Amino acid sequence: MQEFFQHTLNGLSFGSIYALVALGYTMVYGILTMINFAHSEIYMMGAFAAFYLARFAGLDTPSPLNFTLGVLAGALFAGLIGFLVEKFAYKPLRDSPKMNVLITAIGVSILFQFGGQIIFGADPKSFPTLIEDQVLFSIADISIRLIDVLIYFVSFVSLGILSFIIFKTQTGRAMRAVSTRPDMTPLMGINNNKIISMTFIIGSALAGVAAVLVSIKYPKIDPMMGVKIGTSSFVAAVFGGIGSLHGAVIGGFLLGVGEYYLIGYGASTYKDALSFSILILVLLYKPTGLFGTTQKEKI
Amino acid sequence: MKKILSLLAVSLFIFSCTKKSNENEIVLGSYSSNTGATATFGVFQLHGTEMAIQEINAAGGINGKKIRHINYDNKSDGDETLAVVNRLISQDKVVAILGEATSGRSKIGAQVAQQNKVPMLTSSATNPDVTKVGNYIFRACFIDPFQGMVMAKFMTENLKLKKAAILRDIKNDYSVGLSDIFAEKLKAAGGEVVTDISYQEGDIDFKSQLTAIKAKNVEAIFIPGYYNEVALIAKQAKELGMKQPLLGGDGWSSPKLYEIAKEAINGNYFSNHYTTESKDPKTVNFVKAFKAKYNEDADVMAALAYDAVYLMAEAIKNTKEVTSENIRNELAKIKDFHGVTGQMSMDENRNAVKSAVVVQVQGTEYKFITSVNP
Repeated sequence: MQEFFQHTLNGLSFGSIYALVALGYTMVYGILTMINFAHSEIYMMGAFAAFYLARFAGLDTPSPLNFTLGVLAGALFAGLIGFLVEKFAYKPLRDSPKMNVLITAIGVSILFQFGGQIIFGADPKSFPTLIEDQVLFSIADISIRLIDVLIYFVSFVSLGILSFIIFKTQTGRAMRAVSTRPDMTPLMGINNNKIISMTFIIGSALAGVAAVLVSIKYPKIDPMMGVKIGTSSFVAAVFGGIGSLHGAVIGGFLLGVGEYYLIGYGASTYKDALSFSILILVLLYKPTGLFGTTQKEKI
Repeated sequence: MKKILSLLAVSLFIFSCTKKSNENEIVLGSYSSNTGATATFGVFQLHGTEMAIQEINAAGGINGKKIRHINYDNKSDGDETLAVVNRLISQDKVVAILGEATSGRSKIGAQVAQQNKVPMLTSSATNPDVTKVGNYIFRACFIDPFQGMVMAKFMTENLKLKKAAILRDIKNDYSVGLSDIFAEKLKAAGGEVVTDISYQEGDIDFKSQLTAIKAKNVEAIFIPGYYNEVALIAKQAKELGMKQPLLGGDGWSSPKLYEIAKEAINGNYFSNHYTTESKDPKTVNFVKAFKAKYNEDADVMAALAYDAVYLMAEAIKNTKEVTSENIRNELAKIKDFHGVTGQMSMDENRNAVKSAVVVQVQGTEYKFITSVNP
């Protein structure tokens, strides 16, 4: 039983990371109906931004301030990269066939992976400890660690900010409008390009937050680090119903917990097979995913 | 038509110029993972190789001929390995090849080398299958059955522990081979493998595997992986409050191991090819010279690569005419070669027979614990 709870806790912690990254996929899909394959590389860039900030600004000692700065740096830089990628790679192709944008997205992804290997070097780097991890409390034999609590906390704060923006602000209203009827919104005085840029910035910033949290917990970063998490998160987004915000979050948590049970109870070899089996089954039996049927909250 | 012809003529001219072989030099090729997931292996391999070649050339070369060394980076990638080994053979026309540090990629390179009948000497690929590829493939290190036996023996005799868990990298030839042998030898020594779980190269979270192991109450955990993942595993095992000693193979050997895991890795044991604490003057000199040249402690991958070059040089020296076939025949005859990693002889399966050491991790230093003879 103890083991079960430990697996659940670990799974939820990683699931919240999947959720943050999956949101980026789902938001971009919602607004442009394209899969942004470069999202996993934006995630990677967020981790490297925080790494170099900590290194060169001397902020690599464990303290709550450095932790906050690291997360913010990751979010801001990832947001900036997301904005630039959209502006220079996707915007010129707004009116071309879907396939062209898709191929461009794959191209951008490869550019970042290999450009990253040239600029940062391909060998893994050790991420600085921005917060001293410790056991907060233990129930039975299950220990609750500070870093996991922080991952939950930061994820929920980010999700809170996101839903505030989308459901309570004018920009959010515009985003929802653009995702349902992009042809009508300009008539209502909405600048579609601005709203699309905003979507990219927010989605990318969430990936940046996730990247810094992951790098603090697993202090090893390299230019290919986004690939695995990116694929799993994409599956989570499809599982939850791509285009649906709730779906991405719930899909992320379910996939995280599912992977942990699978590894914990014997079938560790098939961990990655799980994500893809889910993908295939979802596409076969419920192509819209868990929450993908309604158009209401599509962003 | 004229234009095309002249273009052809020009390109022919250019290629014939660059391809002119020099009678007074020996072209040796090497490939290594200078970048990518196992970059520290590759960089140490390259440094060890370059240092040995520079020494040999400074001392007048082999039988008066200088060595020209061509190295390609395979980016820690299998497909890239195939491409660079092909390039060494067909484009650069090397007489022999040195590489690689890891078993999986050495096996890929070995297939190309064997097909083209170019001798290949791997410095540290310990998986038995590598030299089984064919009669042109050699290695300068011991093989996994021996390494697995050493760790099983060390666990039962020195640590006096019986119950072990295995955590293997399922995608990695080296890790799978070593795990199987360890399990077999541990059983033979009266021990027991309680649980055998896997992960994959590139994973960053091992909590669920470790939680499952924790529930089984084992006395030691055998993790024959590479330093990247081992470092994260050690860190997470400590976070889960696990106190069992972790055991591993030579894939642990890298400064990154401590850099990533910090004190979580201290006190754990792995089998290795040599120790920098050795009193052999040859080893002492090598360690000192390497430190002076690269300002870094000589890792075992560097020491083995260094030995591999001298082994190759020894074989080339014994040939009447430098051809790939002659080098192969001479490599097979090497007996009692004295390198910085100890005495070695080639057995009939083209594997070096030599002793192993067990070391304990203490920061970036590896403390010598015991040595085991074949």
